Formats: sequence, C-alpha cells, structure tokens
Amino acid sequence: MHPVVKTVLERLGLGLATLFFVSIIIFSAIEMLPGDFGQAILGQAALPETVAAFRQELGLDKPAHIRYFDWALGAIQGDLGTSFSGRNASGADRSAEVVDKIAPRLWNTLFLASMAALIAVPLSLILGILTALYRNSFFDRSVNTATLTTISFPEFFVAYILILFFASLNQIFPSLANVDPDTNLGERIYRTALPAFTLTLVIVAHMMRMTRAAIINLLASPYIQMAKLSGASQTEIILKHALPNAWAPIATVIAFNLAYLVVGVVVVEVVFVYPGVGQLMVDAVRTRDIPVVQGCALIFAVTYILLNLIADIIGIVTNPRLLHPK
Amino acid sequence: MKDKFIKAQQEKLTLGAIDRRQFMTSAIAAGIAIPTALSLASDAIAATPKKGGKFRMGLGHGSTTDTLDSGTSENHFTLVNGYTFGNHLTEINNEGKLVGELAETFESDDGKTWVFNLRKGVEFHNGKTMTSEDVLASYEHHMGEKSTSAAKGSLSPVKSIKADGKYKVIMELDSPDTDFPYIVSDYHISIRPAGDMTSGVGTGGYIVQSFEPGVKSVLKRNPNYWKEGAAHFDEVELLSIVDPNARQTALISGEIDAMDRVDLKTINLMKRNPNINIMQATGTAHYTFPMRLNVDPFGDYDLRMALKWAVDRQELVDKILLGYGAVGNDIPIGTANYFHNSDLPQREFDADKAAFHYKKSGHSGKIQLSAADAAFAGAVDAAQLMANSAKKAGIDIEVIREPNDGYWSNVWNNDAKGWCACYWGGRPAETMMFSAAYVAESKWNDTMWKTTDSAVKFNQLVKDARKELDESKKRDILYECQRLIYDDGGLLCPLFNSYVSANSKKIAHGKIAANWDSDGAKCVERWWFA
Repeated sequence: MHPVVKTVLERLGLGLATLFFVSIIIFSAIEMLPGDFGQAILGQAALPETVAAFRQELGLDKPAHIRYFDWALGAIQGDLGTSFSGRNASGADRSAEVVDKIAPRLWNTLFLASMAALIAVPLSLILGILTALYRNSFFDRSVNTATLTTISFPEFFVAYILILFFASLNQIFPSLANVDPDTNLGERIYRTALPAFTLTLVIVAHMMRMTRAAIINLLASPYIQMAKLSGASQTEIILKHALPNAWAPIATVIAFNLAYLVVGVVVVEVVFVYPGVGQLMVDAVRTRDIPVVQGCALIFAVTYILLNLIADIIGIVTNPRLLHPK
Repeated sequence: MKDKFIKAQQEKLTLGAIDRRQFMTSAIAAGIAIPTALSLASDAIAATPKKGGKFRMGLGHGSTTDTLDSGTSENHFTLVNGYTFGNHLTEINNEGKLVGELAETFESDDGKTWVFNLRKGVEFHNGKTMTSEDVLASYEHHMGEKSTSAAKGSLSPVKSIKADGKYKVIMELDSPDTDFPYIVSDYHISIRPAGDMTSGVGTGGYIVQSFEPGVKSVLKRNPNYWKEGAAHFDEVELLSIVDPNARQTALISGEIDAMDRVDLKTINLMKRNPNINIMQATGTAHYTFPMRLNVDPFGDYDLRMALKWAVDRQELVDKILLGYGAVGNDIPIGTANYFHNSDLPQREFDADKAAFHYKKSGHSGKIQLSAADAAFAGAVDAAQLMANSAKKAGIDIEVIREPNDGYWSNVWNNDAKGWCACYWGGRPAETMMFSAAYVAESKWNDTMWKTTDSAVKFNQLVKDARKELDESKKRDILYECQRLIYDDGGLLCPLFNSYVSANSKKIAHGKIAANWDSDGAKCVERWWFA
C-alpha cells in the first residue's frame, strides 16, 4: 500500500477513536452537572409524581450507560434525539427533533464561516508570503502591527467598532445580520458582511504570521541556499521551493482557525443577531435542553476532528519526502 | 367646557369622522379665532394615522421554544406577536379602560353569569367567519382537563361555558366577580378558529407570513380587518434581539423602527440622537418591601408606620430607576389602574413623623432587611439607601444581602425573614391585584396582613367589590380598600418602575397604554408612520 494512503487511513481511524472518546466526555460532563433536569425544567412547584413521570417520559430513569448507547447509536444514524424544551408540567409536547432545530442554524453558521474563510484565508496567505518576501521592511512591520492589533482586541470590541464606522456613522452595511431561509444570496452576503469582516480581522493575524514564520524558517535551510546560489529569483524560491515544504504547519493553523469560525463565534452571533448554531447552543444551555446541547457539542467536535484530519492529510500529501518514498 | 368641545372635535377630525371644513365651522362657532382654529386643525390632521410602510421592531425577548399557541405565551415577544395577529373577547385600551374587542358588549346581572355578545362579520385569516363555536373551542383549549395552557389557573373560576346561538357566549362563574371581563383580555386567551389553536390563524390586524422561534416573525396587513382605525402598516417584522446593545445599535442605524427595554445606563447617549424618541410608561409594575405582620417587630402598627415615613422615595426613583419611574404610595395600585386612589396624600420622607412613630412603638435595636438583586435590579442598593435615610430618623436598619439563588423560596414570603425586597408586575384590575397578594386566603400574601381590624374589613370589602356592578359604588369600595392598605398594611411600596422604550421619530402614535410595555403590547396595530 502506498504510504500516503496508509497514513490517511490511519488518521481516519484515529479520528473516529477520538470522536468516540469525545462523545463519552460530552455525555459524562453533562451527566455530572448537578441537579435534576426533570425538576429544573418543571420548576419548584412541580409535584414529585410529575417529576418522576417526566423523567420516565424522557427516559432519564434508565442507567447512564444505557442512555449513552441509545444516544450514541442514534447519533451514528443521524438521529440526535428529541429536544427536551417545549414541554411543560402538564406534559404538553411542542418539542422538536434536535436535527430539525440544528440544521438551519448550522447552515447559517457554515455560510458565515465560509464567507469569513473566503476572505481571510487568501488574504492571510498573500500577506504572509509578501511579508516573508519583504521581511523587516516597513510593509512587513505595518502589516504585523495592524494584524496584531486586531487580534488583540476582543471580538465584540472589533464588532462594535465596525458597527460604529460602517453601520452607525456611515450606513454602508446593516448592523443586523438577520437572514432567513428565503434571503437570496446577494442579500445574504450583504447582510453578513460586517460579521464576516469581524471574524476576518480576528483570525488573519494567526494564519498570516504562521505562514510568514514557516517560510522564513525554511529560507535558512541549505537547499534554499542552494537554489539561491543557482540563481533562482526570490519569488521563485519562495513559491517553488519554500512553500511546498511549509504547507503542513500552514494547513494546521488554517484548520484551527476554520474550526474556530464554526464553533467559536457565539459572541459575534449575539452582537449581530445572527441566527447561528452558537446562539442555539447558549439558548439550549439556558433552558437546560440537554439533547440540543449534546447535539451541538458533538457537531462541534466533529468539525474540529474533521478539519484537523484534513490539515493532517494536506500536510502528508504535500510533504515531498512522504510523496516520493525511497 | 369649550376646551372639551374643541378637543372632541379635534379627535373626530383625527379619526376622520368630520372633515377640515366641518371642524373649522364648529371651532369658529365656538368662538375660536381663525388662525388658532387652522393650527388646531393641522395638529389634528398630523395625528391622523396614515397607512403603509414596513414596521420593524426589535424585542429584548424571544426563545427557540416560542410557539404560536397563545396558551404557551410566556415572554414579551410572544405577547406582542400574539396581540398582532390575534384578538380577544375584551381588550384594555390605551386609556387603561376595559372595552369589548371580539365581544361587542358584555354584561352580567349578578357578576356570576357573564354574557358576551360577539361581533358579527369578523373573519379569521383563513376566511372562516368567527362564531360562538370558535370562542367555545378556544376556551376549551385553555380550560380542558388536559389543557396545558398557562391561562388554566386564571380561568379556573369558570364553572361552565356555553353558546346561545351563533353570536352569544355565556360563562358561569363559581362566585361573583365583576372584574372577570379583565381576565378574558389576558394575552393567553386569544380567539382562534375551532380545530386550529396552534398554527397562528387569528382575527387580528396582521396575518402571520413566517415565524421562526427565537429569531423573527413576519406579518402582513389583514385587508379584511374588522377594527377601524387600527393596523396601519403594510408589513411587519418582529425581531428577537436579546442583546440590548445590538438592539440599540439597530435602532440608531435605522435597521429597526422601534425597540423595547432601553438600557438605562446608556439612555442619555440615545437621547442625544436627533432621530430617536425615548418613551416611558409607568404602568402597574412596582417594587415592594413587604413587612410580615406575624414576625416581630412588624406586627406593631407604629413600627410599620415609622418605616413607611423613613424612606426617601424620590431618592430611590432618582438613584435606582435613574428617574424612569414614579414614587409609590404604599398601595399596590398604580396610576395606570382605573380605580387608583389619588385622594391619598403622597407619603414622603419625614424624619419627625418616622421618629415619632418609632418612639411610640417602643422598639429598640436593629431591624433586619433582606435583599438580593433577584428581587429587582438594584434591590440591595435600594435597601442601603433606605437604611441611610432611616438613620436620620434614629431607626437602625441592618441590610442583609441574600444570595440570588433560592431567594423566592428561602427569603421572600418566608417566616424566617420578616422584611425583604420583592417585585410585582401588577394587575389590570384592582381586585385581581388584591386577590394575588393581599386577601387572607392568597398563598402569596407576603405581608400576612390578615387579622388586624383593618385587614378583616379589607377582606370583606374586596368580596363586596367583586360583587358590585355599579361603577361609582365600586370606586368607593376600592378607594377604601386602598386606604386600608395605605394606613395599616404591611406593604412598603416606594417605587413604580417604568417601561422604557425607544422608537424612530418616523413613528407616530396616540396616547401610550401603560398596562404592558410597547403600548400595551399592541403597538403594531396602534402605531403608524407619520
């Protein structure tokens, strides 16, 4: 078997194992939360019988390991269970399937994440390469200062500054990113512009500096010296000789930031009133809607694992030493 | 007299009942100079509602568990949304008075049997004509044994409900209650077509186009709306914007036209914006410090009186509510209530009177006052301010800061604590408020004011008031009830908190109702674009 295929398969297996452990951690972390969910949802006025009936209805009376396997088996088949909330003391059921609750929100989150990534990733790669090319120049210093400044501010601050300049003082973009499934693409892009810029400003520094560092690091290696001595131009050296060897660390940091775009944008969602999955999860925690919390946590875990896996694979397949084994 | 006549004519002009020429003629006939009459006319015309436009409102509530079933309505978003697409048998108008809505008239001979005469020719959004069948089905939805409606409790006095023909509904109560028509105006008890209580089909001024729980509700004007002079916008978008900062930014940048719940900390910055109006309505919501008569030393009349005189209410309004509220007068009835007793002199800080009563009570030592911000925002600070002003009268109040967690079970309405901080949302009818917390049999009677002579008399009077059909007699009884609480009760009510909201200056409206935030939660059907 080709070593690349073998490594990829190995990584996939490891990814699945990680997911299994993460699912156990999610389940037991929520299990260890103090208090009784039945009682918490029904309120203090609830009678003990009602609480017992409620627990039975939700299956909370079964032992933890059985509940875990029920949940995990369901999750494998794409069934994340039924949301707790929407029930009340008298047993009315206006609860929804977790999948139905998460799906539209997840689509919104992925849309915003892709918007931000489409701007941020090329921007930081180009800036990273350029700053490596013209390192220690005025350009390099100013780009570094600017990106470090934006990453140093908390994202809500960056968001409010953008709102102040682009929505309040000059009404160029809307401050509310309220989209719904009927919003057309152009309108959607326009509405999500400010949150996407905010996220871009927050993640560019990390990716750009990693690109710059990885390339500069390589520029000191003997084979680059060799290329230089054989008369290759600076651009040629960086694009042709340095960059292929730098992909692994760059891909890792890009994957890390993309994962952050999916799972870590609650604050931005709240500021721009964007109906994403982060807000849903916070809402679910507040209303103690455990199946939704578990579902969101699992999706976040899958996102992290998948993106890191892809980064690993990119690192492997772009590594010339692995690509051309002796 | 003349002013009253001109005002009435102006109102008629505003509503379009008379035209400009007729107004001018009547104004001149009443002896008004022509230029004055002209300006009066244009004032009135500026106030004439105009149709059209898309109204977008940001609300500080909303959750993914919200539904269109009015029985589950539990926050201000569902409340406003529900009043926008649905109607009720009765409604509280912007003057705070109860009037018929889907019931054209309602009457009772004894307060026990209530007859609601339904409006004819009202259509649901699905084209069905509203009849008694729908009213019955809607009430069943809230009253049935298996009902999960939050209004189940308030409808429990209803013994039976039946239809008499297509346009008459008769409800029988288990004991007389002349304020029962107030209960049916409750936002939970919306009238829906029989067989469809949950999909959001109503008789209201707007038809639900899409509803995304916790995000937004989109509605458009109902072209067949029966109510005259209501529902002026073409389209409506209600947005759930829980973050106050996002809500305010959206209003400033013109993304929305109105918002509820302005953050008082930044209100002065909002005020500077030339395009924004800040509105406040002082309603029935109030903050209280109930003293439990069955816990020493609060059983003593003079000690209660001493504490009532020892509070600087204006200071509390200025510092705790930042001016957005009104001083309370130790009665749980506010100026927004119809039978608010305005004859009672406003209690103010008076060190001499406080000291006099305190001395007479013979009490010495510290008096403990428990507070936590769970009671209301700023409760602990309010207690400190009270301790400070009481010191000037020689009364020593020790403020105990209680944990927020478990405040309502361990501190409030608990004999372990004689005096604590509390809040009430208030009730539209006086007897409803008394029943909630001041009659002897109430579980929420947090002052335990039950056995003094005044309390016994009060309990009898509340029963009489529920039976009384004559308005002026009822007024006398309710005024007396309020006086009894004012003098003898264990209630120390220093504050009525305001609903503070903001809207774009493009919005025009009439008098703002105070029974709920957002113009009685009916702003969507009452407001228009100027």
